[in-house]
Amino acid sequence: MSSFDDNNKERLRSVSVDLNNDASLLIDIPDALCERDKVKFTVHTKTTLSSFQKPEFSVPRQHEDFIWLHDTLVETEDYAGLIIPPAPPKPDFESPREKMHKLGEGEATMTKEEYTKMKQELEAEYLAVFKKTVQVHEVFLQRLSSHPILSKDRNFQIFLEYDQDLSVRRKNAKEMFGGFFKNMVKSADEVLIAGVKEVDDFFEQEKTFLLDYFSKIKDATAKAEKMTRSHKNIADDYIRLSATLNSLSAEESTANKKTLDHISDLFEKLRKVEGRVASDEELKLTELLRYYMRDIQAAKDLLYRRARALADYENSNKALDKARLKGKDVSQAEEHQQRCLQKFDNLSESGKKELTNFKARRVVAFRKNLVEMAELEVKHAKNNMTLLQGCIELLSSN
Amino acid sequence: MASSTERSPPPFPDTEDQDVLDSEEVGGRDSDDDDGEELFMSASNTPLTKQDTPASPDSQASDLMDDLSAEPPSSQTEKSAASSSPEEFVDLTNNLESAESKVEAEISSPEPSDDFFDILGSETQKVEVEASVKADSGEVSSGVTDLPGGKTGSEQGTSSAAPIINLNADFSDNNQQPSRVENKTNDPLAQVLSDTPAADPKKPSSAVLDLFEDDGSDIFTGTPQTKPASQPQKGLFGEPDEDLFGEPLGAMSKKTTENEVKSSTTKAAGPASSTGGAQQDRKSTEPADIFTEEAVTTVPRTSNTSTVNSKANGVHSEEDLFTEATVELSLDSPRSGRKKEETSKPSASSSSSSLSAPAKQAKQPPAALEELEDEEEAEKEDQFDVFISVKDPEKVGDGMNAYMAYKVSTETSLPMFRNKLMTVRRRFSDFLGLYEKLSEKHGPNGLIVPPPPEKSILGMTKVKVGKEDSSSADFLERRRGALERYLQRVVNHPMLLQDPDVREFLEKEELPRAVSTQALSGAGFLKMINKATDAVNKMTIKMNESDAWFEEKLQEVESADQHFRKLHALVESLVVHRKELSLNTANFAKSAAMLGSAEDNTALSRALSQLAEVEDKIEQLHQDQAANDTFSFAELIADYIRLLGAVRGSFDHRIKAWQRWQDGQAMLQKKRETEAKLLWANKPDKLQQAKDEIVEWEAKVTQFERDFERVSATVRKEVIRFEKQRTNNFRRQITKYLESLLQSQQQLIKYWEAFLPEAKAIA
Repeated sequence: MSSFDDNNKERLRSVSVDLNNDASLLIDIPDALCERDKVKFTVHTKTTLSSFQKPEFSVPRQHEDFIWLHDTLVETEDYAGLIIPPAPPKPDFESPREKMHKLGEGEATMTKEEYTKMKQELEAEYLAVFKKTVQVHEVFLQRLSSHPILSKDRNFQIFLEYDQDLSVRRKNAKEMFGGFFKNMVKSADEVLIAGVKEVDDFFEQEKTFLLDYFSKIKDATAKAEKMTRSHKNIADDYIRLSATLNSLSAEESTANKKTLDHISDLFEKLRKVEGRVASDEELKLTELLRYYMRDIQAAKDLLYRRARALADYENSNKALDKARLKGKDVSQAEEHQQRCLQKFDNLSESGKKELTNFKARRVVAFRKNLVEMAELEVKHAKNNMTLLQGCIELLSSN
Repeated sequence: MASSTERSPPPFPDTEDQDVLDSEEVGGRDSDDDDGEELFMSASNTPLTKQDTPASPDSQASDLMDDLSAEPPSSQTEKSAASSSPEEFVDLTNNLESAESKVEAEISSPEPSDDFFDILGSETQKVEVEASVKADSGEVSSGVTDLPGGKTGSEQGTSSAAPIINLNADFSDNNQQPSRVENKTNDPLAQVLSDTPAADPKKPSSAVLDLFEDDGSDIFTGTPQTKPASQPQKGLFGEPDEDLFGEPLGAMSKKTTENEVKSSTTKAAGPASSTGGAQQDRKSTEPADIFTEEAVTTVPRTSNTSTVNSKANGVHSEEDLFTEATVELSLDSPRSGRKKEETSKPSASSSSSSLSAPAKQAKQPPAALEELEDEEEAEKEDQFDVFISVKDPEKVGDGMNAYMAYKVSTETSLPMFRNKLMTVRRRFSDFLGLYEKLSEKHGPNGLIVPPPPEKSILGMTKVKVGKEDSSSADFLERRRGALERYLQRVVNHPMLLQDPDVREFLEKEELPRAVSTQALSGAGFLKMINKATDAVNKMTIKMNESDAWFEEKLQEVESADQHFRKLHALVESLVVHRKELSLNTANFAKSAAMLGSAEDNTALSRALSQLAEVEDKIEQLHQDQAANDTFSFAELIADYIRLLGAVRGSFDHRIKAWQRWQDGQAMLQKKRETEAKLLWANKPDKLQQAKDEIVEWEAKVTQFERDFERVSATVRKEVIRFEKQRTNNFRRQITKYLESLLQSQQQLIKYWEAFLPEAKAIA
């Protein structure tokens, strides 16, 4: 139903993540199709890697396939020491749809022109949501492809290459519940292992930082969302103002007509700019915060896995002590303890690297986005100013 | 006709001699005219008139009085001469010259202004009789009405016979009847005259006096020109408008009366309106324009006499014009007819002196018309040199008895005010009280009285409870602004400015407490009931609109009202959203600051706290903008919603006037039927009473019709004025609003540009 081309996408291309792409594996989503609740993405890959059969190919994928990929990565033991890129959020067209529905209901109360404008606005909003959805899915794949280890993942390659429908089994109710239960356990576990004494200052610091940062960024994201939404409301108000002024001037026969016409025109233009301001803020600021909120969650998950490993190691130590005391199964316990230690060390090592990377990545992304946002804000405000000045001149010249 | 036209140039005798002559003549006349005298006597006690006249302060007034008194009889005499045949009108036409002479007489008086007044006053009262406030006039009126009634009855017969002569394209039969009545009424005029001079001196409040002083000179200049006006009339006479003269007279006089009676200032208005009458429709009523315009307007007329008819847009207004001019004519006409020779002589002599003025004016005519328009416009734009500010809302008292008092400062250079700068304290209900008074006085006349902001029980309760939150501050500021604009609108209205209540409101230290404005008082309850009945009436009265202009305007106003209401709701929601945005921005700023403090990269942390600062400033910006949305935009629209309501109110008043007229006609019809029945039943004793009643009602109907026409003309003028003002004011206000938007955008640019280097510094 809706699709978009590369040009458009270029503008939208994820600025949330700075990807040090190497040319060996390039992934993008040039096209997507929205059918009812399902969105079908066309995943296009261009590669020089020998592990792929062809240098270039496209496959159709659905959101659930992405989730499956993410989950398998998370569940892979070997990647426990990595920050698994956060899964893209489920496409949500509910809000524009709902608005569209409301608009349809309120059609009788507004003028035709107003309705058309509002509808256009909603369509634009819908398209924006759609583009954003595509974008987050693309970013997910790009982060995987740019990761030295994850890009080699077998499942990932299958995801990219297998030209049939993956027909991933949708999670059934039991699994859904299981996932929920697992989350509960995890949270409880987190509390339990919080008591485990940290052995490494770096992780200790990272942990407090991430926890704090997460709560802050979560808060900031919510606030930014609200802010952009109210900005959008103002743009919508401008539309209605413009339409009403227009219909007012249509029935006006006096000299007032001109004034009303000018103002109506002005508001029509202002609302476009204001709409852009709102969408740019959304894209540059809110989306940035939102993404990093999820990314930090992923980093926290890493820390949890490491903490778990640490707890396991300590438990294994205790078990070894006990075994030695009892004098049986000592070698088994020793082996287990060694395994735990090794796992923990591995996790710590790669975790440290990942977290440092993450920090650098975050700073760069913030810089890029904030600069761009400031520039856009200035640009829009200047546009507004020109429009207003023009209108004031028009008014004073009559 | 020809003779009249020839004469036109000479008949502007300014000299007193003429007056004297006339008066003498008149005196002679009185004695001559038996019929007239009789009538006169019966109608009003002639002796009375004489007595009063001496009492009147103006010596000239007396002259005039004499003239008038003499005239009416004369007119009757003529009638009799004409054998009360339809030809009366013809006579009138012949007598046109006489009108001139009469006019001259009035005008010629050395102190034209005063004389003018008296005359006007007298006329007005006579016509107004019923409406007039004075007890005396009331009595007189009854007497007067009777007399005319008798005549009317007789004349009616004639009128039916004569219709052809009388009928103009513009005027319907109804008009004819009134016209005759008018002729008769002239007699009563005489009566009234007697009363009026006496009454005037008493009545005129200080305001009036002031006006005189100020405007006296203007009036003078104006008056000479009025004479020229008489000339055009002659031209008109040439046309078939004979009836017009008769009818319009009544209307005119009415107008003047109304004005006079209603406000002390009226005097100024009275003359203005009369003169205005000579001019084209719109100007007739406007007092402000009067002085300046009068002079000018008359001139164009002279030049375009023939065009008068064609020009007039509104039939009603036209009539008024004619009327005014005619009033004088008819009065004098009898006399002049007889004494043509005599009058011509004096006029010739006087003409030499007065000629110069007309000549001057004659040169300007085309330009003059335009000037008129310009002047009118300029006047409306500049309005008057009165600037009002309402400041310092202050809570007085405690609890539920608390009220808000405002400081009302008036700055003016108008001499009608005692000081250049006046400051008084007024409470909100005083503002409402002023409106009540004004709308009661001027509303029925079709004036658009600017409405004050509504009472807000919720808003005020909050203030009373003493909650010092932003919403009550907002409320007070809104109300303060609305009150200021309301008062400014009132003083910008030429007629309202002259209202004594307005001046009292602005000047007087202490004002009697307005009682009827309390929402929950008995008066408030009564008002509510009245409003309800009005609403019902509005629904039930089906007026078949004769004037497409009104229909169109009413529709325009109603749809504008609807759209403005919608617009207002939208702007209000914009304000709400803007406030929301401001709040959300503030919240985000806090969160961003927190995030900045949590960030471990120094540069990023700094940038984030800078971002928080920027957002903080932007929050303030949004807040200010929300205030601007409210005060410059939403309030502007709210004002117009109120004003449109007032406009509709003036339309309603017009319909009410129409309804009164219709009711009167129905009543008259009924009376006639009874008369016919009585006639058939042959009951002479009751017949006389029935006839009297018919006469009475005929007079009333005429009066109602004129009321309606006058209100129509006023409403039309007011609406035009309103529209013009709205256009200008709206543009001004909206530009102001846009400028505020512009400013906030400029600030926005500044903020973000300052932030940009910070963002770039993140490493």
